[in-house]
Amino acid sequence: MAVAVLATVAAATACATVPAAPPVPADGLVLADGFDLGGYNPIAGHGEAGESKLYDGLLRLVGGDGMPTFEPALAAEMPTVSDDGLHWEVTIRDGVRFTDGTTVDAEDIAATYRAILDPASASPLATSLNMIESVTATGSHAVRFDLRYSYAALPTKLLIGIVPAERLSGGLASESVLNTAPVGTGPYTLVSLRPDQAVFEANADYWDGAPQVEHLTVVHVPDDNARAQRLVAGEVDGANLPPRLAATFTDRPGFEVASNTSADWRGVSLPAGNPVTADPAIRAALNRAVDRQSIVDHVLAGYGRPASTPLPEVYGAAYEPTAAFDFDPAAAEQILDAAGWIRSADGVREKAGVRAEFTVMYFPEDTLRRDLAQAFATDADRIGVRVSVQPVDRASLPDRLPVDAGLLGGGDLPYDPDPQIYSTLHSSYAQPGVGSPYDNASGYVNPVVDAALDAARRTTDPDERAAHYRSVQSAYVADPGYVMLVFLDHTYVFRDTDYAGSTPILEPHSHGASWGPWWNLREWTRP
Amino acid sequence: MDAAMTTIVTRPATATAQTTTSRTRRRRGRGIARMSVRRALFAIPLTAAVSLALFALAAGSPFDPLAGYLGDRYLTMSTADKQRVATELGLDAPWWQQWASWIGHAVTGDLGSSRSYAQPVTTVLAERGPWTLLLSGTALAAAIVLALVAGMWAGLHPQSRLDRAIAATATVVQAVPPFVLSLGAVTVFAVSLRWLPVAGLTDPGADPSFGQVTRHLVLPAAVLTVSLLPWLLLSLRQSVRAAAQSDAVVGARARGIPEPVVVGRHLLPVALGPFTTVIGLRLPELLVGAAIVEEVFSWPGLAGSLVTAARELDFPLLAALTIGTTWLVLAGSLLADLAHALLDPRVADDA
Repeated sequence: MAVAVLATVAAATACATVPAAPPVPADGLVLADGFDLGGYNPIAGHGEAGESKLYDGLLRLVGGDGMPTFEPALAAEMPTVSDDGLHWEVTIRDGVRFTDGTTVDAEDIAATYRAILDPASASPLATSLNMIESVTATGSHAVRFDLRYSYAALPTKLLIGIVPAERLSGGLASESVLNTAPVGTGPYTLVSLRPDQAVFEANADYWDGAPQVEHLTVVHVPDDNARAQRLVAGEVDGANLPPRLAATFTDRPGFEVASNTSADWRGVSLPAGNPVTADPAIRAALNRAVDRQSIVDHVLAGYGRPASTPLPEVYGAAYEPTAAFDFDPAAAEQILDAAGWIRSADGVREKAGVRAEFTVMYFPEDTLRRDLAQAFATDADRIGVRVSVQPVDRASLPDRLPVDAGLLGGGDLPYDPDPQIYSTLHSSYAQPGVGSPYDNASGYVNPVVDAALDAARRTTDPDERAAHYRSVQSAYVADPGYVMLVFLDHTYVFRDTDYAGSTPILEPHSHGASWGPWWNLREWTRP
Repeated sequence: MDAAMTTIVTRPATATAQTTTSRTRRRRGRGIARMSVRRALFAIPLTAAVSLALFALAAGSPFDPLAGYLGDRYLTMSTADKQRVATELGLDAPWWQQWASWIGHAVTGDLGSSRSYAQPVTTVLAERGPWTLLLSGTALAAAIVLALVAGMWAGLHPQSRLDRAIAATATVVQAVPPFVLSLGAVTVFAVSLRWLPVAGLTDPGADPSFGQVTRHLVLPAAVLTVSLLPWLLLSLRQSVRAAAQSDAVVGARARGIPEPVVVGRHLLPVALGPFTTVIGLRLPELLVGAAIVEEVFSWPGLAGSLVTAARELDFPLLAALTIGTTWLVLAGSLLADLAHALLDPRVADDA
């Protein structure tokens, strides 16, 4: 009966002559995003890597395959740094206006950074800017950054969007009116914001030339399957989808599947406080027992790359190709036998009364981490190490990290090797109370690695830094502190359109309608 | 002519018709008014108690409000900075202090700012409330109408083939989760047959005009109706059956009163009593059942906001929505009792 009701209602509606909605203008694009709309305030963390279409930062990324480089955006030229590395100076481009008509000057830059550093704004970006001591306007179009310690990777912090100083009221960032009424210098402006869709229009006065794609509509669709269905039905032109769901579109005519690499790693921490995971033989054996390629093929549907260290190949000269573990379970068994880990009656190895068992924790709602933990446990079991996987919620996981292994991730801001690996491998982060509990969760202490990481921070010469990072990787592989598993790719599906000009980009952890093929929408051209 | 004969037969002959009726009506009217006032006054201490319990329970929740606020940065932010952010957001004050501050602002009309939506709470309610009301109201109205028609028919014709089919179908449909219904409906009607749009309030980029919203309302409202229908239908069917077997109805039929009069004046007023009670009890469930439908269909409503606010411990929004749900429960049960009192002449108030 219910089906009859449904069918009747549907038939009645189909027969009714409801006028068709006006089609989206031909010079527009409709995207479906799983993330919430709104919150367009850079102080609250919007557009941290410069991906926001509403704002510009001092610098911006240049896309393409491989590691992105930086180019000046609101800055007139690349910043200069003093010899001791503690003072950076930037000049501001002339004649740029915000969408409310006011001109951009040094005071706006300084006010934006001060608001992020101000405790009263409760900005989520405060930790990532903790090397900045103060920001001062040294002229109407010049800004100086004074740092607490030498930090060669400062350009990664100059991507954040700049807001007008007059719009900063000094209160909590989440209560600012900028969240729903953004004012920036970016290539697009926000025309309307509803809970289910946001409409953007090209900024005709954009300093770098008005974009050719004039309308952008972003629809909020939180459910993955619903996004896929709307793509198939033709209601949206593109969406980000999880790898397995995106893979179902590869053979559909009229659709393309694109993937962007990221430096987002997933791996298992091996805490120093646990006698099993702290054992060097166990660490070396586990790294050789995991079939990383198989994990990429089956868990990630091919959208990923194997990881032996936290630094991926995309870092070019800073990447050490020989610093990798081969899949060699026989060698792993030999290492364990030689170190005195002998198989007992039930297959689990034992040494001096200690059984080779430990727990790997993962966040309960993260199905990817669960699958990776299972794959790791299966591979470990083959060489006689019994790993049990356990879902642990975010409130209790940090307290257990010193003793139990965790399926962790990192690489959320990948545009320089320093933010990529410093807090993961440097021994200063092994101490409790320093940084986040997830930083250096293994409690890894390696003086060679420490020295190289610090030296790479102090110099801005790219060749010197690359050499230091290569030595970090070689030293790490000789004495690993984690079992790094994979780097993730982000997958996107879109309908074929007439536009051209999309370039690939290395993505941070976040991914959605702001990234993917539409990352450089302002540069797209009509045929 | 028949109606007049009916009234002469059923009323006691000791008093004149006019005064008894008006005295009865006045007594019933006073009873109903007293009940309404009592319920309305009860709402005030109940609101205070519920909000107090909410803050106390949330204090014991395993969720960390910072996890929702910081998102992925929750893992990378240093402990010291997280402590500072918590202090700044007022999250490390004891729960009764947070409650006192919230209720102090709420009585003046300042509902605070929603942390998860980065908007004032009143904006969140104003932007999303009407759409949830539209969806849930349409679905409930449709379910009530369909349940009345089908339930009454099934109750008046027990053991007929159609009655058995209705009961069996209702039981099966009740077992299907709303999530399955939603995705199934989308696959059949929107993707395969292309009769209806897949999801959303409007076509992307379009304004919410009457035509747009109506077309997009059909599928989610139909799914919600189908998930609400079985219980209403089965409960009405049961109470109609029971009323049909009562002495009053059997006697009226034996006296030769025409069937429409029996059903309209003797059977329905009694059978609808339990039916309206069930509807009143199910009102807040509209909010929760709608959460799944709203998520699958990207319907911009409040049900999903309640889930988000609870998970991220967004106190201002969570408190506003919880109090709203409480008032909905009170209003629902009051309306149900009012309807019962007006329909059933034996009932004057809830005493």
